[in-house]
Amino acid sequence: MSLDLSRIRADFPILSQQIRGKDLVFLDSGASAQKPRVVIDAMIRCMEQRYANVHRGAYWLSEAATEDYEAARGAVAGFLNASDPREVIFTKNSTEAINLVAHSWGRGVLRPGQAVLISELEHHANIIPWQMLRDAHGIELRVARATDAGELDIEDVAAKLADGKAGLVAITHMSNVLGTVTPAERLVAMAHAAGARILFDGSQAAVHRRVDMQALGADFYAFTGHKLYGPTGIGVLWARLEHQERMPPFLGGGDMISSVTFERSEWAPPPAKFEAGTPAIVEAVGLHAAIDYVSALGMAAIETHERDLVDHAMRRLTDIEGLSLLGRAQDRGGVFAFTLDNAHAHDLATLLDRAGIAVRAGRHCAEPLHTRFGVEGGTVRASFGLYTTQGEIDFLAEALVKAREFFA
Amino acid sequence: MFDDLRDLYQEVILDHGRKPRNFRRLDDPDRTARGDNPMCGDRIELFLKLGADGGIADVAFQGRGCAISTASASLLTELVKGKTAAQAHALADGFRQLAMTGTCPACEAALADDMERLQPLSGVHEFPSRVKCATLAWHTLNAALDGSKETSSE
Ligand SMILES: Cc1ncc(COP(=O)(O)O)c(C=O)c1O
Repeated sequence: MSLDLSRIRADFPILSQQIRGKDLVFLDSGASAQKPRVVIDAMIRCMEQRYANVHRGAYWLSEAATEDYEAARGAVAGFLNASDPREVIFTKNSTEAINLVAHSWGRGVLRPGQAVLISELEHHANIIPWQMLRDAHGIELRVARATDAGELDIEDVAAKLADGKAGLVAITHMSNVLGTVTPAERLVAMAHAAGARILFDGSQAAVHRRVDMQALGADFYAFTGHKLYGPTGIGVLWARLEHQERMPPFLGGGDMISSVTFERSEWAPPPAKFEAGTPAIVEAVGLHAAIDYVSALGMAAIETHERDLVDHAMRRLTDIEGLSLLGRAQDRGGVFAFTLDNAHAHDLATLLDRAGIAVRAGRHCAEPLHTRFGVEGGTVRASFGLYTTQGEIDFLAEALVKAREFFA
Repeated sequence: MFDDLRDLYQEVILDHGRKPRNFRRLDDPDRTARGDNPMCGDRIELFLKLGADGGIADVAFQGRGCAISTASASLLTELVKGKTAAQAHALADGFRQLAMTGTCPACEAALADDMERLQPLSGVHEFPSRVKCATLAWHTLNAALDGSKETSSE
């Protein structure tokens, strides 16, 4: 089934906007995606009709809000094909989800002297928490190389797992700069064979293709709501219950305890143990609506549409003289980072903005990756969403050719 | 498609961006400072040679950056050579005002000629995310004159 783009675009109020008299060409969905009307409406309805604090009041409204909040957890579990909704912990975003694992599982389960293996493809959100763990807890941080094509160097992963010291592999499922999709199933098998657990940063991947926790068999999986057409302020850590049981709490406060005295407290069972304080109730409802929205379109249809976009962009962008693309991975999603010979990324982004094209310039929270590819300044990144059209990619390509003339 | 951007990217800026003046290291500088714009990866290093009177006898820079930050640094080197530290600080203040608001009504008459030459950069004030590009070199100049080594336009 293919997507009806004109209908889909009509679902996103912001896309019909003109910016300085030009149609908006939004090519920064990789940073944060736009929101369909159903998400906006669901959040409004929550606040207008079914809002109160959750898990607390013995009155109808609180029960309704609790029901909606837990239904959102159920929707996430369904979206990920998790075997149990309790495997779903709500966080603020991916960054918090990864920090939760680093802080809680990292200190509670990993022993000093063990290693965490990340890769050169990582976003800072999957680098810094492990550096902090290294410094606080005495673990070793290893970095698996990327190949020149921008793929994960599997032999290097194997070499860095060989001594059995790695307790955790923490790797992106899809690069937010190169678009590379990593071979997740294979990585799970390699990690487990080496006695390590494995976490995926699914911030990008979960948006573009179906991910199935039961089929994948990973230990932790993180994603963030705002890239999945949902609101900001809500993210997900999927974690196996057996790990959650062994993890000490992350933050302390209300909602995460079952009994409290001044001497000691008992933790609530997972996942409440990791959701201290009033959670992002309205945002959870919004994320639920976003998941219903993409599920109704079908993740398979979204993936097919985006594959066509990737093929089209590959043809159009590689045709442009002076343009060099970072990464040529075989399996990739709709994220393209590039440089243009005579134009600095920032100048280019300003120019494109004037044509109504929103792209990002800089290093996209992946400075080591840019260094690895010899890009000292930054790149321009165009990233696609389910509403992106081939026409928009053509427009980008034409604008880039003109931009090159401008700076010639 | 980009005609209205000729205000921001005037020929002077494109020219200085492509062929920055005084783009070299000084062999034996009295002062150096580095400026960093972590957001976009722009980075410059500024070198000052001071005369017996404490004035700026020579100035040069190296680094990488967008057309706007490079042109701004290049123009800076042309304008501050021969100035006293106080005059250079005053020009830096005037330029920051120009970049942020498009004009500098408070600027002294003595700065008028220099401000005239910097006028092509005034267009950045309409591009809030680019103001830092234009001011990076000037922050770095202040840091070099004050004897601090690192500065950031963040
Ligand atoms: C691959 C990847 N990891 C992590 C993040 C962090 O997401 P968030 O800022 O929502 O925590 C992002 C997005 O910025 C990303 O693209």
